[in-house]
Amino acid sequence: MKITRKHFLQLSGLGLLAVVGKKAVRAITGAAETAAPVASRGKTTHRLGMVIDLAKCRQEKGCDACAKACNAAHNIPQFADRAHEVKWIWNQPFETVFPLVQTDYTRQAYAGSPIPLLCNHCANPPCVRVCPTQATWKREDDGIVMMDWHRCIGCRYCMAACPYGSRSFNWQDPRPAIASLNPDFPTRTKGVVEKCNFCEERLARGQRPACVEACKDKALVFGDLADPNSEPRQLLRARFALQREPELGTSPSVYYLV
Amino acid sequence: MRDRPAIFAGLIVFVGLFTFPLWYGHAAKTSAAAPDIKLPAQEKQCVAPLNYMRDSHMQLLVDWREQVVRENQRQFTAYNGKVYDKSLTRTCLEQCHTNKAEFCDRCHSYAGVSGPYCWDCHVEKQLTARSAP
Repeated sequence: MKITRKHFLQLSGLGLLAVVGKKAVRAITGAAETAAPVASRGKTTHRLGMVIDLAKCRQEKGCDACAKACNAAHNIPQFADRAHEVKWIWNQPFETVFPLVQTDYTRQAYAGSPIPLLCNHCANPPCVRVCPTQATWKREDDGIVMMDWHRCIGCRYCMAACPYGSRSFNWQDPRPAIASLNPDFPTRTKGVVEKCNFCEERLARGQRPACVEACKDKALVFGDLADPNSEPRQLLRARFALQREPELGTSPSVYYLV
Repeated sequence: MRDRPAIFAGLIVFVGLFTFPLWYGHAAKTSAAAPDIKLPAQEKQCVAPLNYMRDSHMQLLVDWREQVVRENQRQFTAYNGKVYDKSLTRTCLEQCHTNKAEFCDRCHSYAGVSGPYCWDCHVEKQLTARSAP
């Protein structure tokens, strides 16, 4: 049979239609297929967080047991020069931590009883977005904002991105400034950024974070914020709590009971 | 051809000087056949066969590092079924190679491997050598 020009064009048109139709069908059903497993995966995701009871901190004026325990556990150097300071958990006056919620009398109420601060392990961490080497990332299964010091190139983008000042840079070799080395935990080197890791090395061994364990008054409560029956969630249900600068949309996992 | 003795004398002196390092090393017994490392006394079996460890211990350590830090997988099942904690300090050093100076460092200096920077951060109890600055 001889193919006419008209017949050829008809056949090509039909072929084109078939290809487009197949692609459209695949796109629709394929989207449904990939969407389904995400919903039904059932992977248990936790969100580790902390609730800090400032009323208890206020009773123990100037207590820094949590910071001391952390410094010892993580080989944190103590430099006299504040410009070189390295800190994971530290104290700061109320009015500098919650400047927008202070009243005429909060300064008086919180005089001499500073607020313990640490990395907020944000649900939406800005430091992670800016890290060029993925040396810092959010662990998907428990929400800890991790750091891989092997990979950190010391660009300090994360320090610029973090609105809470939770990250410190090693301007000099930290080892000489460490009072007693804990051989179970590495130190850092010059040129590396560091911050609180929610004691992920202790959690892996089934222990609680060092600061939580060191607090005699149990002012620091650690647990899974995704579990409605966890200890921090019970506290958050019962009492009014503050987050640091929630308006930034970082969704911090550290809450303060005032 | 009257220069023949001088030429041969010169050649002998040249060969002697050229091969001097070999003679000297042989006489002073400095060129040992293998590095004089101290094997762990209490343990006979490493986490992987000897040949693999000799060639690729650095790769194993890098793999452990990635898995522990980035994937939170901390247990290593060895080829013989034994389970180890993936840790340079707690497993390799504390359980077997307690003498880093006479095991790691001695072989590294023999092989001319510039010190790995593990020890710039990881803490060995005796705090022997960190990598050269």
